[in-house]
Amino acid sequence: MEVPDVKEKWTARINEVTIGATKDKGGTRGKMITVGGHTTLPFMTFEGEIPHGPVIAGFVSDVAPDWPDAVKKGIGKEIGSPAEWAQKNVKEFGVDMISLKMIGADPHGKNKSPSECAKVVEQVLKAVDVPLAIWGCGDEKKDNLILSECSQAAKGEICLIGSAKQSNYMTIVAICKADKHKIISEAPVDINIGKQVNILLQDAGYDLKDVVMYQTTAALGYGFDYVYTILERCRNAGLKGDKLMAAPQLCDVAGETYRVKEALADDDVLPGWGKLEKRGPMWEAACASGYLQAGADILILAHPTAIANVRAIIQDLFA
Amino acid sequence: MIIIGERINAGFKDVKKAVQEKDGEVLKMWAKKQTEAGAHYLDVCIGTASSKPEDLCWMVETVQEAVDTPISLDISKIALLKEAIKVCRKPPVINSTTAVADKMGPIIEVAAKFGASIIGIVMDEEGSPYTADKRVENAGKIVEKAMEAGLGPDQIFLDPIVMPLNCMQEQAAEILKAISQFKLFSDPPCHITCGLTNVSNGAKHMNLINRVFLAMCVANGLDSAICNVMDTELVDTFLTAELIMNKSIYADSYVEAFRK
Repeated sequence: MEVPDVKEKWTARINEVTIGATKDKGGTRGKMITVGGHTTLPFMTFEGEIPHGPVIAGFVSDVAPDWPDAVKKGIGKEIGSPAEWAQKNVKEFGVDMISLKMIGADPHGKNKSPSECAKVVEQVLKAVDVPLAIWGCGDEKKDNLILSECSQAAKGEICLIGSAKQSNYMTIVAICKADKHKIISEAPVDINIGKQVNILLQDAGYDLKDVVMYQTTAALGYGFDYVYTILERCRNAGLKGDKLMAAPQLCDVAGETYRVKEALADDDVLPGWGKLEKRGPMWEAACASGYLQAGADILILAHPTAIANVRAIIQDLFA
Repeated sequence: MIIIGERINAGFKDVKKAVQEKDGEVLKMWAKKQTEAGAHYLDVCIGTASSKPEDLCWMVETVQEAVDTPISLDISKIALLKEAIKVCRKPPVINSTTAVADKMGPIIEVAAKFGASIIGIVMDEEGSPYTADKRVENAGKIVEKAMEAGLGPDQIFLDPIVMPLNCMQEQAAEILKAISQFKLFSDPPCHITCGLTNVSNGAKHMNLINRVFLAMCVANGLDSAICNVMDTELVDTFLTAELIMNKSIYADSYVEAFRK
């Protein structure tokens, strides 16, 4: 008896988004990164094309994040300097790009000024030659100020700028059009709002082929399955021909992992859970490997052990 | 959702006159208007305006000068079809073949040769069927023949033959029943389309009947229609029915997004 062919046939392609500008493209990056372009689900290479595999963006912030010492120790003393941290990410951890977050600009925290943030962007651009994703601090009013200056500091470098929401999309579109950057469109684990933000970006005259979708991220054990399902549905819709949902997808795994007790609490608080120095990166890697299979194209990771593990998983699944 | 714009048809007086006088502007105007309204294919029908292949080719070429929307070649005469398909820049959909054995073979052969799709009208030697079962039987014959020729499910559009409500009221329920069974021929299923406006032919409340019938067809599995794409309420009904059937993802501006 003939074995039936059960391969899925998809009708559309996920957009290819290239980040970073080399000299000939008007920037100073040593390389560019392209994500997307798939005609099938993650790792199903026998069903369609996957021209670009998932990439790892190294987490860097303008000020050292409030993470446990056991985790920070794994990264090293460079965590106190964004430029050195970025360099270590590239040279030692082998990341494909850098994700730079201005957490120090939070008005309820250190309240760093937009010009201080822009300086950090300049320093990181000088220190490494990989493409950048640049984020604000999460406070909408402040982010409009920060992102504008940071964008100008990186003009022409074709960075990803994060993030455009229903409330601020016009500002982000204006910034990205003026300085030739690409947009991270954000929705709060909500596929309908995700689509709506993309419609708004399109209405504002921004080409959706230059957009990466970010459905926020949930750490393992804290709504992971919700985000997983949304990533999967977005990808299915994109492959079925919904042009508004055909963008590559991004997950901030490090930023979310080191907010949950399983990746923060010490051994004496969680007896029987193993050493935090191992548990933290394990939590990060496990979370990332799940999202890889849901359709994540860019994973933001921090701990070198997690980065090495996730890279090995990507290579294994493509082998 | 695949909308086939019905307006470039010589059954309409302005188009007939334009074909006879070779006035390309009328065709171009309808091509642009229907494309802007969201048509995925533009039906081009020469009807009784001419029987010359060169006139049908002129119609196709004129439309293609105005827009790059693919063509629905509304012709079942094989000689005209063979000429007209050569001038189509994008793979067209051939509108149509029936299940009549000696007629569908050559049309499907042309479709396979040019990578085109076909609309299969579920009519056979005995004419239009009255029951759902006969419609399904005839659809099965078309699907089998098309697949033998190498056409995939996405290249086959099944048309259950829509009858006017005001004189054949019992037919609508049979058509809906047939549509729900057409889906079962293959996985993924073939497309299901229909000449929608036939349902309201001669009726007083034409637009209302078209909209309600379309929504009911979508609920049963229809995903395409040959219709008046300029009727925005009809298109909005189509969009909304597809959302309700979870065939597309909801966003607050789903209607506006389609109009872009």
